[in-house]
Amino acid sequence: MRSYMDLVQAANQQKKKIGRVVLQEQASELEKTAEELFERMRANLRVMYQAVETGLKKKEHSLSGLSGGDAVKVEQRRLNGQSLVGDRLSGAVARALAVAEVNAGMGKIVAAPTAGSCGVLPGVLLTVQESGNYPEEEVVLALFTAAGLGMVVAERATLAGAEGGCQAEIGSAAAMAAAAAVELAGGTPEETAHAAAITMKSFLGLVCDPVAGLVEVPCIKRNATAAVLALTGAEMALAGVKSAIPLDEVIDTMALIGRQLPCSLRETAQGGLAATPTARKIQLTLP
Amino acid sequence: MARINVFDILGPVMVGPSSSHTAGAVRLGLMARKILGDEPREAKIILHGSFAETGKGHGTDLALVAGLLGMLPDDERIPRAMEMAAAAGLKTVFSAGDLGDVHPNSVRFDLKGATGHEATVLGCSIGGGQIEIRGIDEFPVMLRGDYPTLVILHQDLPGVVAQVTAILAAAQINIAEMRVSREKKGAVALTVVEMDQKIDPAVAALLGKMPVLKRSMTIDPLV
Repeated sequence: MRSYMDLVQAANQQKKKIGRVVLQEQASELEKTAEELFERMRANLRVMYQAVETGLKKKEHSLSGLSGGDAVKVEQRRLNGQSLVGDRLSGAVARALAVAEVNAGMGKIVAAPTAGSCGVLPGVLLTVQESGNYPEEEVVLALFTAAGLGMVVAERATLAGAEGGCQAEIGSAAAMAAAAAVELAGGTPEETAHAAAITMKSFLGLVCDPVAGLVEVPCIKRNATAAVLALTGAEMALAGVKSAIPLDEVIDTMALIGRQLPCSLRETAQGGLAATPTARKIQLTLP
Repeated sequence: MARINVFDILGPVMVGPSSSHTAGAVRLGLMARKILGDEPREAKIILHGSFAETGKGHGTDLALVAGLLGMLPDDERIPRAMEMAAAAGLKTVFSAGDLGDVHPNSVRFDLKGATGHEATVLGCSIGGGQIEIRGIDEFPVMLRGDYPTLVILHQDLPGVVAQVTAILAAAQINIAEMRVSREKKGAVALTVVEMDQKIDPAVAALLGKMPVLKRSMTIDPLV
């Protein structure tokens, strides 16, 4: 899949959702039945939702001791009716944090598209699903929409922080979540593209600078902020707001910026936040 | 390599925190176990580069041992791998070392098995949970674990490779890729055959009867 606009066109021609087009294309490419692929994706969705549940319960810390327990804090405040931004956004924040914390604590997650960005899609999708009481099948289809966009990003650019910085991991996850949210909420194929483009533009240039080289600081909290930006992009696109720059060109720009990033800002823990005095101090205290 | 698909994007299902340092490490341990072809009892594990530097915080050590015990990357027992190794009678010794001009995420296993098999395996985790085995004993190899694979150590004599391929052809097994390397002319050679179909035990037995064969192992693809 070279172009997301091709997917939009195919969906319009066939009068189908993008998720359905991706599912059919993959069934023929992988020589499997659509049902088989659908069930495998359903299993992935259930792992995602299980991780949300686990992460909202546990207060344990990661191996390094650098992270853990934050999802519970946010969720508690929401449950107490104290949320500043409202139930829905605060739920997305807590859930994205929850999954990212489960990952840091050696729990089971689905890389989406990477382990470091695994909280964004579950955080966004579970929140949108609740908002409209959508059946599980619709959410599974939305995962195919997200995956279709991820395949385009993988072909035109990269999903690896070591190659493209955080914009390639968290930025792609957020764009995928925005497109999936729009399709789940009943938006048109064009609107999924605008949502993804608007969202990805907010991440252009974001560097990968993990403290001590671990997938914790700043990665876990970026999952939460990315979930909110994805919902923001979806909100705009569903209202008819358009991205002036088409999605495919935004993806190409992300690739270009990734190549222009110095090595120190691409997952080497040599620059950015990883090079701060505090990060250096933290590094010395690790086992 | 096959074209990228939706489950490469939304997947793997894995125990965190890192696809390269955790999921890939489990797969490296599992490949090493398959190459040993025995229940591992002793493992000397040398971590190189980023595996040595950030491995602890990523649970790389736990992941490698979990793989040696036969676990897959989504096994929720991975965090308890050390206790499980102790219970299974697997002794592990870790050290950091320079393995030379290799990938930054590299590891070397020196393994001894329950029935006396020994193997040295060099591998690297190249990202997204994908791995490459780059050395078996003293031989450079290139295995990704994508295909059913036959690894044979044999005398370097004319006709050995032909015999192997004849047995495979008779069993209707299609060869995807094949490489032969040797220490020196006439000494021990290593042949690696990646195939489209799995070898059934009858074919493996036929291969085992070849007189020049020192050892052979069949490795199922990793999931």
